[in-house]
Amino acid sequence: MSTGKKTRAYENRTRFFRAMFARKIVVVATVVVVLVILAAIFADFLAPYNPNEQDLYHILQGPGEGHLLGTDAFGRDVLSLLLFGARISLAVGLMAVVIACVIGTILGMYAAYFGGLADAVIMRTCEALRSVPAVILAMALVSVFGGGAKNVAIILGISTIPGYVLMMRAQVLSVSNRDFVTAARLQGAGSHRVLYRHILPNCRSPLIVMMTQQVGSTILAEAGLSFLGVGISIPTASWGTMVAEGKAIMLRNPYLSLIPGICVAILVISLNTMGDGIRDALDPHLRGEI
Amino acid sequence: MARYLLKRLGQSLVVLFILSVSVFLLMSLLPGDPVYAMLGDGITPETYQIAYHELGLDQPVMTRYFSWLLNILHGNFGMSYQFHLPVAELLKERVPITIYLSTLATLIAMPLGVLFGVICAVNRGKKIDAVITLAANACSCLPQFWIGIFLMYVFALKLKLLPSYGFTMPWVDFGQHIRQLIMPLICLSIDGIAGITRQTRSSMLESIRQDYVRTARAKGLKHFAVIYIHTLKNSLIPIVTLFGVRLSYMVGGSIFVENVFSIPGMGSLLVRAITAKDIPLVQACVLLTSVVTVIAYIITDFIYVLVDPRIKLTREEG
Repeated sequence: MSTGKKTRAYENRTRFFRAMFARKIVVVATVVVVLVILAAIFADFLAPYNPNEQDLYHILQGPGEGHLLGTDAFGRDVLSLLLFGARISLAVGLMAVVIACVIGTILGMYAAYFGGLADAVIMRTCEALRSVPAVILAMALVSVFGGGAKNVAIILGISTIPGYVLMMRAQVLSVSNRDFVTAARLQGAGSHRVLYRHILPNCRSPLIVMMTQQVGSTILAEAGLSFLGVGISIPTASWGTMVAEGKAIMLRNPYLSLIPGICVAILVISLNTMGDGIRDALDPHLRGEI
Repeated sequence: MARYLLKRLGQSLVVLFILSVSVFLLMSLLPGDPVYAMLGDGITPETYQIAYHELGLDQPVMTRYFSWLLNILHGNFGMSYQFHLPVAELLKERVPITIYLSTLATLIAMPLGVLFGVICAVNRGKKIDAVITLAANACSCLPQFWIGIFLMYVFALKLKLLPSYGFTMPWVDFGQHIRQLIMPLICLSIDGIAGITRQTRSSMLESIRQDYVRTARAKGLKHFAVIYIHTLKNSLIPIVTLFGVRLSYMVGGSIFVENVFSIPGMGSLLVRAITAKDIPLVQACVLLTSVVTVIAYIITDFIYVLVDPRIKLTREEG
């Protein structure tokens, strides 16, 4: 890379981060997200106890010495469960978004670029998927393929594909008539080269924005499925399962149910705010809007 | 207009057909034998053979699909493996409760969301705008089931103001019905209020910048008339189109609410059906919710065409 190109890339990066962190709330949200990611990665070292270790002599303890956030009905340390739960939530959220993004992007591009029968089939299928409420679709798929972190991530990924297809289809339709695409076609570039080398890089910004905003909603959906008992189940630590477990013993230890819910909310708010910051940085037209 | 609406109806029928095929094939993929799921493991080989034949499992998949579809069109959803009762009978009691809850929550969320959105847009940049926007953002990130549990903890367990669970029909005890409905409705509509507030705010801010608003102000119209007659009327178009999406969210959300507050609706039934791998019940629940959503989308499209003449013209010309 020449020095000129390096300087331009550096300037672009600096401009991006300056625009992204123009609002203090985005800085705070990013710090929270980074902290949760670090906590999830280093959960093995940070957690004071093994999350699956049961201590039946100390069940349902309130926050205090020995157990900072208390213990659950099996005597497991709530803080350790929360740290390992963060790992599951983030992993499921990221995996689902990557699955949805890859499949949705490819389908959306083909639907818009080739049109005709491919477009009709893809669009009608997406409409069919969208007409089932996301939770119900995910629950139906869980009943077929089973629960567990990996399956839940795949299922949530599948149920969010239509959003990416619709967005990419609209993007490709608006980009494919531009001069640089016509120029590439006139130079003899094949359909796949035009799609992947010329059109896709120009649809990158809305895709990144959508991905960041979808991680939060996927984490919420995972927590919801686990709460209903059809997502991730015991002994794997999950924030949704913790809320469900805590509900039955709320009078004795309300923290058990309330703390994991607050964790989900804080993480999702932070991810969404960070997503807003990225959107502002990538699309100057939207700067200052909601 | 009629041609457009007929085309839309045709598309919806195609969507429902794709859905019915997908639901049938997906449930056919379920691991485990439906005969054992229905009758238990301790049956004799003869009983197994009879049930296998009666369920049509010895038929090709295509034949099974069409006979299943035909039965559904006649209101026969099959027998529940878990309850040993016709699925239609189970749903007849539960679906109205879910639709009742979802519709009420949508009807509460829409006007309140619009009201808060207008307040935000009119007071853009002021403290009240910041507070409502922040609250709307926070509410849309809170898990619905957590809101339910929180409300239950505060109002039922601590303050003892409201009953913590259950559902009484209004004609049995109206007072109890209302008391039992307050928390589930708050829980179900809060996300809708937040979403509609954000949408209305952004739509109003977009409209306020338009030339016709400037003209209305230049004509000397009062602030109230400019905001509520000219701006809000035009800002409502994208919000009306959210009706279908909102109703779909509400039906999805009712699953959590019904589980938290032990309401005997379709959501709690679906969770039990899934854990028990009750295929006919799962198929019926998924199909019914999709039909409700598709109908809501069609109604939204009708309203869209009615309220926005530009759409009507563009689509007719197209």
